[in-house]
Amino acid sequence: MQELAVPLNHVLLVSSLLFCIGMLGLMIRRNIIFILMSLEVMLNASALAFIAAGAHWGQPDGQIMFMLILSVAAAEVAVGLGLVLQVQRRFKSLDMDDANRMRG
Amino acid sequence: MRDYIWLIPLLPLISSITLMIAAPRLTHKIITLLGVGSVGMAAVATCALAIEFVGNPNPIEIVLWTWIHVADLAPRIAFYVDGLTLVMMSVITGVGFLIHLFSSEFMEHDASYARYFAYLNMFVAAMLVLVLADNLLLLYLGWEGVGVCSYLLVGFWYQNSANGHAARKAFIVTRIGDTAMAVGLLLLFTELGTLDIQSMISSANSEWEIGDNLPTIACLLLLAGAAGKSAQLPLHTWLPDAMAGPTPVSALIHAATMVTAGVYLIARTHGLFLLSPSAMTAVAVLGLATSLMAAFTALVQTDIKRILAYSTISQIGYMFLALGVGAWTAGIFHLMTHAFFKALLFLGSGAIIHCLHHEHNIFKMGGLRRRMPVTFWSFMIGSAALAALPMTSGFFSKDQILLQAYQLASIGPWLWLGGLLGALLTAVYSFRLVFIVFFGAVNTEPDREIGWRMAVPLTLLCTLSLVGGYFSLPLTNVFPTVDAGHPAHWVEVISVAVPLLGVLLAYGLFLGRQLKLQPWMEGQIGQAIRQFWFSGWGVDQLYNSLLVQPYSILAGMLKGEPIDRLYNAIVRLNQTLHQWLSVTQTGRMRWYIASMVFGLIFTLGIAFNVAPGAI
Amino acid sequence: MLEIILFYLASGVALAATILAMTRANAIHALIYLIVSLLAVAVIFFLVGAPFAAALEIVIYAGAIMVLFVFVIMMLNLGEKGDARERQWLQPRIWSGPAVLSLVLLCELLYLISSIEGSASAGTVTAKTVGIALFGPYVIAVELASMLLLAGLVGSFHLGRRTLERGS
Repeated sequence: MQELAVPLNHVLLVSSLLFCIGMLGLMIRRNIIFILMSLEVMLNASALAFIAAGAHWGQPDGQIMFMLILSVAAAEVAVGLGLVLQVQRRFKSLDMDDANRMRG
Repeated sequence: MRDYIWLIPLLPLISSITLMIAAPRLTHKIITLLGVGSVGMAAVATCALAIEFVGNPNPIEIVLWTWIHVADLAPRIAFYVDGLTLVMMSVITGVGFLIHLFSSEFMEHDASYARYFAYLNMFVAAMLVLVLADNLLLLYLGWEGVGVCSYLLVGFWYQNSANGHAARKAFIVTRIGDTAMAVGLLLLFTELGTLDIQSMISSANSEWEIGDNLPTIACLLLLAGAAGKSAQLPLHTWLPDAMAGPTPVSALIHAATMVTAGVYLIARTHGLFLLSPSAMTAVAVLGLATSLMAAFTALVQTDIKRILAYSTISQIGYMFLALGVGAWTAGIFHLMTHAFFKALLFLGSGAIIHCLHHEHNIFKMGGLRRRMPVTFWSFMIGSAALAALPMTSGFFSKDQILLQAYQLASIGPWLWLGGLLGALLTAVYSFRLVFIVFFGAVNTEPDREIGWRMAVPLTLLCTLSLVGGYFSLPLTNVFPTVDAGHPAHWVEVISVAVPLLGVLLAYGLFLGRQLKLQPWMEGQIGQAIRQFWFSGWGVDQLYNSLLVQPYSILAGMLKGEPIDRLYNAIVRLNQTLHQWLSVTQTGRMRWYIASMVFGLIFTLGIAFNVAPGAI
Repeated sequence: MLEIILFYLASGVALAATILAMTRANAIHALIYLIVSLLAVAVIFFLVGAPFAAALEIVIYAGAIMVLFVFVIMMLNLGEKGDARERQWLQPRIWSGPAVLSLVLLCELLYLISSIEGSASAGTVTAKTVGIALFGPYVIAVELASMLLLAGLVGSFHLGRRTLERGS
């Protein structure tokens, strides 16, 4: 049974791939909605790495970190989407580069 | 009353805080009632306490609470009342009340009437804490408290920058003594492990021998503190300048109470001083030197308040002389009588200044005898007591000091001679003041005679100055009894005769003009000495060139901030770097992300190479 | 054996769905793919012995958070014009540079992972164990998370108002 289980480095590989895809999305997209989605993917990828490591040791800590990441993601999305609404209202566009005038 | 001793300092404190907070909402009448009434009530309470104390003259100890508790240090907020405390309290509240009453007329038209009483009440509270304190730390609290109030009141008319300067000078010069005293307290604490005065003295007596070095050092440090507060050499320069404050303040703080705190400190810790004969000698010699120096200076001053200020320095010098020769009771007795007659003189001068449009120069006064009879008689009695003419209070106290000084072994007769010279000078300068101000031609017409709130305190203080010598102070349990053997009869006769001679001399010099000083004074040497004395023996100039000027020069050198140049260079470097880096701040999110990713890659790459095993 | 097959299957689905999500021009389509990806990751969680985390992933991530996205996208009402513009932005010259950067990072991560041995599952960690740890040694972390969520709540309430005062 033990040798038949999922190898840890494969799970981590999936996690790394997901992270890099998310990062790529973060860099190439200009729409703020997509940027937020990419962030979700990256957070999820790191959560996967935590779960895998926690499972490897058979300890609950990995899942606890997952929950903390979950709450960070929830808070981030709530604020981020609020910002999206404000950006849309103010610039009439969701293009990140339209909002790059810096003030103050 | 014993259980309510804490009320006595609390009453003026409450009044002071009320006046500070609520002054704009209070009417003139209520401010007066609060300011004067609170001290009056404290005086009544002190009186009740005194009556009770006479019936049962054991020291009273009241512990209120523990102030701080750090390791071995656990000073309490505790009051200790014995005969000495009671004398001081009576002076503070009694004379203080009369001066408050006087102030209510003197300051009547001042814009900051409430502020004045707030400070003055605060002073009374702090001074009471000082004398009531059971340990030296609490005493130090009161000590600093009165220092602050003195500073605030000297600079009371702060719109004039000279007053502010005088206030700062008073504060800073006393601070030098206070620092020495703080060092002394620390030394006593580390050596004896307690700051409670009574237990400290008893453990000092069991641990130290007479003539040890440690008690001498500790006593000299305490003496430095006392000299700073009591304006003794070499820290006396602040007191003449402190006359910038309102005159009742000079009467209360700079004559009757605060400046005698040094005397009280030494008397309170006399158990320590007895362990160190050399420190005692230092106290006596310092006192005598100050006394003579100030008396010579007072001879030639022209500002009425400065004359009185130097006379105060001189009289406190007498008290130090008394303490130094072991005449504890006589010293405290002189403290009390001095509080009466010096407060009287200051209030009298305040009355003159009040009625003469703030004129301070005695040569612009003159002939006031008939214009201001109450003030004239106050001044007469005050000066008689100051000059220690027979039957006045000053006579009894000064006589005791001189006689006990004479009985001291070895240097005693020399101290006695010096004291006699001082007494002669005192008589001359005090009656010079009286003759110039009240006799002769009228130079400035007073615009009024004083009202009852000024006259009543003057009258009461006159009475006290006359009969104060018959008081017997409850000090027998406080101080070691001195063997009061009678010296030779001629010593007493001379002690009595010298002040009379001084008055005659003053009459001859300044009123009758039988003695012609004029040609001698006009001469070069006469002028030089006169100028030297006038400037207070050049001490101010000496300090100026010795301390103030070098400091100014150093400050001038540092004004360009030489060390800051280094920091400024760093600042400029950072500014340049900032300008370079701010080019990269474009506001384009994706560039930021890309640079973060690049940084991540770079850092991971370095980590591979530097510490492959750590990952 | 079944577990391993299921794992590779789920991994493949997750990666493919994520890539698709990142490249769609239409936001709703991208979101659906993202949900698929999250569900696949939830399967992986389940397989490595974290059933509670898998349930949370589905309920909160795929459920609540994604629904939030759907609401916002619907409120924004992007339409066909937005899609066309998105397609225009996805040119190779735009994504080639970032792709190289991501690849380099991926290589580094692979190099790191390659040395790791062992299985990813040492038995199931139940919700009970997690709960005990969560309210035992991690109780401060729970408090911090609750503070964070509260801050998020307040922040989104403030930002979501129709007009923000200007100039402050």
